[in-house]
Amino acid sequence: MNAHSPSTAHRPTRLAKRFAQLRAEGRGALIPYVEAFDPDRATSLALMKAMPEAGADIIEVGVPFSDPAADGPTIQAAAKRALKAGATLAGVLAMVRDFRQHDQETPVVMMGYLNPVDRYGVERFCQEAAQAGVDGLLLVDLPPEEAPFVLPHARAHGLDLIRLATPTTTPERLETILQGASGFLYYVSIKGVTGTTAASADDLAQAMRRIRQNAPLPVVTGFGIATPEQAATAATLSDGAVTASALIKAMAATLDERGNATAATVEAALAPVRAMAQAVRATTNKA
Amino acid sequence: MRAGPDAQGHFGPYGGRFVAETLMPLMLDLEQAWLEARRDPAFHAELRRHLRNYVGRPSPLWRADRLTETIRHQAPTGKGASLYLKREDLNHTGSHKLNNVMGQILLARRMGKKRIVAETGAGQHGVATATVCALFGMACKIFMGKTDVERQKPNVFRMHLLGAEVEAVTAGGGQLKDAMNEAMRDWVEHVDDTYFLVGTVAGPHPYPAMVRDFQSVLGHEARHQIQQQTGRLPDAIVAAIGGGSNAMGLFHPFLDDQTVAIYGVEAAGLGLDSGRTAASLERGAPGVLHGNRTYLLQDDDGQITDTHSISAGLDYPGIGPEHSWLRDKGRVNYVAATDDEALDAFQKLTRLEGIIPALESAHGLAYALKLAATLPEGATIIVNISGRGDKDVPTVAARLGVKL
Repeated sequence: MNAHSPSTAHRPTRLAKRFAQLRAEGRGALIPYVEAFDPDRATSLALMKAMPEAGADIIEVGVPFSDPAADGPTIQAAAKRALKAGATLAGVLAMVRDFRQHDQETPVVMMGYLNPVDRYGVERFCQEAAQAGVDGLLLVDLPPEEAPFVLPHARAHGLDLIRLATPTTTPERLETILQGASGFLYYVSIKGVTGTTAASADDLAQAMRRIRQNAPLPVVTGFGIATPEQAATAATLSDGAVTASALIKAMAATLDERGNATAATVEAALAPVRAMAQAVRATTNKA
Repeated sequence: MRAGPDAQGHFGPYGGRFVAETLMPLMLDLEQAWLEARRDPAFHAELRRHLRNYVGRPSPLWRADRLTETIRHQAPTGKGASLYLKREDLNHTGSHKLNNVMGQILLARRMGKKRIVAETGAGQHGVATATVCALFGMACKIFMGKTDVERQKPNVFRMHLLGAEVEAVTAGGGQLKDAMNEAMRDWVEHVDDTYFLVGTVAGPHPYPAMVRDFQSVLGHEARHQIQQQTGRLPDAIVAAIGGGSNAMGLFHPFLDDQTVAIYGVEAAGLGLDSGRTAASLERGAPGVLHGNRTYLLQDDDGQITDTHSISAGLDYPGIGPEHSWLRDKGRVNYVAATDDEALDAFQKLTRLEGIIPALESAHGLAYALKLAATLPEGATIIVNISGRGDKDVPTVAARLGVKL
């Protein structure tokens, strides 16, 4: 027995299937992030729909929150625009449902903070998220110690609860983190908030050696991945690279003075996805 | 009632440790250090020495005769309880904040930390933190909402004089909750050498329990002092609550005294139903923010809403998790006072007793004045005067239409 969710024993989840495919291809995943409803629902949905073709292997969908304490200024601003555009948790679920009409294959991980989920009702949320076609949940402020709040409901509905490891994670801590973890392990490569700085390849290689010895799950790297080179490095040293702030910055630069989308908006966020996907695909995973 | 929290930091369904994984090792280290310090007589001796000789403890319990007479004059015959004021405004730096800050800075030193970050609303906690950083030669950065920086200029200058760096936070509404977010972000970036000195009984475990323990010194003193002065326990105790540290410090030693009625007074702002309030228990719902699960002012979608209070120190959408639990248990009565009621109480105390209270404390006093008029003359009420009002003089002047 391993620490995967029981559902993976019955049928391979979209996430498990995708990582198996990538292993067969001998490369890591590119995981772009889209903040739902930033700057409006239609634009973020169009972006999400276009991402797989641009090279996204998995999509991370951000649920806007008023107080994103672990995020840097770029994602804070994105959340603010999204809330102004009327983002709600129910609205984000509906967006994922719309995406699934169009794409049955690409795994979707929902990322956000616990409070909107708590307010919605954890059980109801897990049920509806699974129905909408969400594959995994990444709740930034839900450490393993508090996981019982969500884990039973996530499991009951076949959702992977993604856990985070960081540069501050000790081997003993990693054991705790991996208990009940499934889907993949998300390695936060820097001590800091999103989109501020980047880890060196050496630091990352060292961290991966430490983590991979113990983790039975795929490990993807996030925070501070802004260029094709950084994406390639992360996808080579681990099983994937998450990129968020860089895409949002590129997208935000095309908004008009009132913060509304322009004709250039979707393409502006897709261009770096394409460039990073190309770089990731040009590498082989040495892990 | 005094046993909580459990090993995971839960008070029933509240409290806990809802933080990013980067911070978890720190939370576990901090908890360990605190548990060890709690068992160490040398730590307590050091804390006691600093509280007595630097903070100026014990603070007096003052029988407010003129205030009591005024209430009796207006109350029905035979009504009008005696008011006793716990004078936390007489602590060094002018508020109860220094009790907690002194405890935590000694702990931070014990943990070998070199740098302190803190958040502040009215600036009382920021000033207290900057003070002990000066005392112990620690680097100090204080996050304060831009709105609060503007309305609390004297305290900002005080922090600068004490050698602290003050960062005005413009994100969100530029209020206390936004300052809290920024302080947490800073902590995540500097986890190795930095100690996050939380100013109230909220945040991730062990902060709510730890801050409560450090603040309980004022409740223990008050319990002893009222027995010395009146020969018995009080009939009621009253304190204002924003995050709720002065209230928890007063309440905790009395929680098991069933004859003592306990009142926590929230800031109703322009009124509980005005939409411009900071009364998390009266108008909030349980949720997760800043590392703990507790009552929060939020919309139906779980987005945290902006708050309003005339007092910057109460202008916060959450409340300590133990208060949430005590509310559900029914042990403490949570009530509210409006901006106007607080302003009125502020002026009454100033005129009748020569004590200018913080606007925070004036909320507690406002409710105590109402309560006193309903209790018999033989009854006694302790009101916590958590801080002095010098910092609020510009705000009060503006509200009264006076140009300084």
